[in-house]
Amino acid sequence: MTERTGNAMNIQYSGLAEVNGPLVCLEGVSGVSYEEIAELRLEDGTKRVGRVVQMEGDKVILQVFEGTSGLSLDNTRTVFKGKPLEIPLSTEMLGRVFNGAGKPADGLGDVFAEKYGDINGRALNPVARQYPRNYIHTGISSIDCLMTLIRGQKLPIFSGSGLSHNKLAVQIVKQARIAEENGKDFAVVFAAMGVQNDVADYFRREFDQAGASGRVVMFLNLSNDPIIERILTPKCALTTAEYLAFEKNMHILVIMTDITSYAEALREFSSSKGEIPGRKGYPGYLYSDLAAMYERAGVIEGSEGSVTQIPILTMPNDDITHPIPDLTAYITEGQIVFDRSLDSEGIYPGLSVLLSLSRLMKDGIGEGYTRADHNDVANQLFAAYAKVQDARSLASVIGEDELSDIDKKYLNFGTQFEQRFLKQGFDENRSMEQTLELAWDLLSLLPASELDRMNSKLIEEHYRK
Amino acid sequence: MKNTVYAINGPVIKIRDTKDFAMREMVFVGKKRLIGEVIGVNDGFTTVQVYENTAGLRIGEEIIGTGGPLSVTLGPGIISNIFDGIARPLKDMKKTDGVYVTEGSDIPTVDPDRVFDVEITVKVGDTLTAGQIYAQCPESALIVNRVMVPPDIAECTVTYAAPNGKYKPDDTILKVDINGEERVLTLCQRWPIRTPRPVARRIPINTPLITGQRVLDSIVPIAKGGTAAIPGGFGTGKTMTQHQIAKWCDADIIVYIGCGERGNEMTQVLEEFGELIDPKTGKPLTDRTVLIANTSNMPVAAREASIYTGITIAEYYRDMGYDIAIMADSTSRWAEALREISGRLEEMPAEEGYPAYLPSRLAEFYERAGNCNVLSGKRGSVTIIGAVSPAGSDFSEPVTQNTKRFVRCFIALDKPLAYARHYPAINWLTSYSEYIPDFAEYYEKNVGEDFLDVRQRISNILLEENKLMEIVKLIGSDVLPDDQKLILEAAKVIRVGFLQQNAFHKDDTYVPMSKQLSMMHTILRLYDRAERALADGVTMSSILGTGLFEKLIKMKYDIPNDKPEMFEQYDREIDETIGGLK
Repeated sequence: MTERTGNAMNIQYSGLAEVNGPLVCLEGVSGVSYEEIAELRLEDGTKRVGRVVQMEGDKVILQVFEGTSGLSLDNTRTVFKGKPLEIPLSTEMLGRVFNGAGKPADGLGDVFAEKYGDINGRALNPVARQYPRNYIHTGISSIDCLMTLIRGQKLPIFSGSGLSHNKLAVQIVKQARIAEENGKDFAVVFAAMGVQNDVADYFRREFDQAGASGRVVMFLNLSNDPIIERILTPKCALTTAEYLAFEKNMHILVIMTDITSYAEALREFSSSKGEIPGRKGYPGYLYSDLAAMYERAGVIEGSEGSVTQIPILTMPNDDITHPIPDLTAYITEGQIVFDRSLDSEGIYPGLSVLLSLSRLMKDGIGEGYTRADHNDVANQLFAAYAKVQDARSLASVIGEDELSDIDKKYLNFGTQFEQRFLKQGFDENRSMEQTLELAWDLLSLLPASELDRMNSKLIEEHYRK
Repeated sequence: MKNTVYAINGPVIKIRDTKDFAMREMVFVGKKRLIGEVIGVNDGFTTVQVYENTAGLRIGEEIIGTGGPLSVTLGPGIISNIFDGIARPLKDMKKTDGVYVTEGSDIPTVDPDRVFDVEITVKVGDTLTAGQIYAQCPESALIVNRVMVPPDIAECTVTYAAPNGKYKPDDTILKVDINGEERVLTLCQRWPIRTPRPVARRIPINTPLITGQRVLDSIVPIAKGGTAAIPGGFGTGKTMTQHQIAKWCDADIIVYIGCGERGNEMTQVLEEFGELIDPKTGKPLTDRTVLIANTSNMPVAAREASIYTGITIAEYYRDMGYDIAIMADSTSRWAEALREISGRLEEMPAEEGYPAYLPSRLAEFYERAGNCNVLSGKRGSVTIIGAVSPAGSDFSEPVTQNTKRFVRCFIALDKPLAYARHYPAINWLTSYSEYIPDFAEYYEKNVGEDFLDVRQRISNILLEENKLMEIVKLIGSDVLPDDQKLILEAAKVIRVGFLQQNAFHKDDTYVPMSKQLSMMHTILRLYDRAERALADGVTMSSILGTGLFEKLIKMKYDIPNDKPEMFEQYDREIDETIGGLK
């Protein structure tokens, strides 16, 4: 039972009517607004934070970020704060570490707020967006040539457990930063959701080694941290990113890992709320929820900054049709997909070229951006590598010896492509020129007549005779 | 007694113990005057879905009914504009509210301050009927807005007609007498979005919507006034295909509905269509385009409404006698919005959590397409082209399957083709168009008498190839006899040289029907000559040695759209080269 005390300005509600998973229910409440924040004070003096997720008459349901263990029906007092969840924002946040709910976690004290930001963000008016056109050079051949990253894009990495997605993310951060003409306005916001402690540590160490930690804001929700906090983590990170990008004119790269843990937290929350589940038990609004997160990437008119997102997700059972990667790819502007068999052959980064895609690359490459032949070269590599797969499956049936000459050439091309183009050192930073020339070296392993995605002039110019 | 908010759950709110609201009535919710619509009425509760973010709303805030259903204002100034799901102009919203979409914004759909050159075409004493045109004004460089008597006035007599001149949308143009009652007519009218606008009668569909995309026009044609669905997994190019159709198709007006899709894509449409010049008129494409944008992060209930807003605008222009093409990208997001709201209402779910009324809603939507004689006697049409985003790329899911029942043209996008970067990734075997027989007369008159035969032969070669590929996958192509190798080679020319089309190439992005037919003729000529040569004992390897197959693959680039005479050279070269083989 909930009891109300205090004066009009400072109403306290003692006790709870119900505790259910991460949710608590209060009765006899009035004057509260939807999505408002509440503070729960326990008898032992500790405090927890909750958010209004449903209201009916005088009944209010709160989601408690720190979890409900230890809460009983009569040991808490609740105070509503009269505002949505906000975090303090400041350029001082660079170099700091926060927990998943945006509270400092590095023992360096509170951030002095230049302003407070509502973590839910708001929908950007599409008219206010600027179409992203500037490419980010990552120094990784497969990405630069075949799935070019564009400033303001959201390009997720689809991986599986045990693959080298973290290593790739670190390499992108290190090398993308170097490519920036004036590195001072570039920063990384890193959001860890449900990752193990040593993964978070790996990122921290690598950023340190690259001398980048002063330009990184970290939000860490580790795998043993409360799940409701996990739902807040990307929101806090993106609110910070938007502030730095659109108010401080910085180029922000947001790395979020692991989206799968985030979606699972959402499912847990949804089921304890008793909602009707959609596919695989995920809530029906998973698409809208993920979209609200991913759509916070972009470039807006009147601001020099940009928010680029690289969400990382591990596909359950390597299944790309699972709801989380499926819905993600419908929202994001492409995807970078890892291939387990390439990875086990020792090819780093073992990316599945045919499944990967960057939707924004077509407008950010070519003459004036990278090189005039870039688009045709990329298309030809895709088409040729698709034929390699056909030749390989034929070879597995009739044996390599029985293949026609042209199929044998494709097999050779495939191996060389994987060993020389895809495979790359962790510290190897290839220029665009190097990457494209390497591509022509490889395409020249095939007869010129097989290059059907480009016009005769281009072949004349670049084909190695 | 005041009606107040009793319960809030996301975009769904409830009011207790009231009989004041009608089903589908539009309401204003709370202090911010959020726009909502009544979606459930029983003796305990009235349920409202809110088209804007409900964060910050309190129990006990007032709800005010408007007495009418959710409606849009239709008038000059809609063309070239971009609206949110409930028809608020986003450009004006940016001016007043900044870069974020703001709740409770009440900017009118039609800018009341813009001045139009109006020519009044009726005089005092005239009798007007529903849908009759009484004035016209240029709305963009391409579109003349024909001002019509609203469909709810059956008959009226003009008692006052303003002189020709400059007017704002809400100025009085006519005063009319309806059975002794006076009513003022302006340049605008309102219409409830969920009600189809009436027409005189539907007429048979007999004209294709020419898109300049070879695989569409020649293999799976879309009809003017017809329906088409474009299903495809992520990355297969649904949006790209929709953009290409929107850019190049020969409709008068395009209504592009971005329903739950990416914000950057809408920006791209805005930017690109502003720069692209329509080849037929020499004006920017924005002069014939209306955009409805409810991006995936905008409120979900407005996503459900955006489809209806778009089609109502399309019907309004159809009634003026225009051909409209609607691109709905994507209908799956709309269906998911239905599912989301349905879940919040705790309705009993049918397949995969979708509500049981999903098929009937889809049917209602697609049935609003059609080729019609409109009330004023003119002919107008609405074509609906809906993208479908099947979950897990699985076409057996409910939205794809139910859509398939209500459309007559099915343009299936294919993952394997997209992986091989074969664009447009339209699978020629699983796609179909039921309209082809209806177009026979059109093709005969406007394209060529043998068009349908040529098209059929091209399709047959592709079918043959598909059968042969089963064998090739097992034993390789080397062991096939020469005549079957020829089919494989010809099919390759068709696939790579004809079906594949480069949207970024200046000539290849739009190809006129005459060139499409010539290309097919030339391919078949090579096939026929080669077949005869094989019968005369020439080997396949010597035919391949001529390089003619590669040459035809590249003819889409090498023959410019304005040099059709070059096909004769190609034909001569084929005859001479093959004829010269021994």
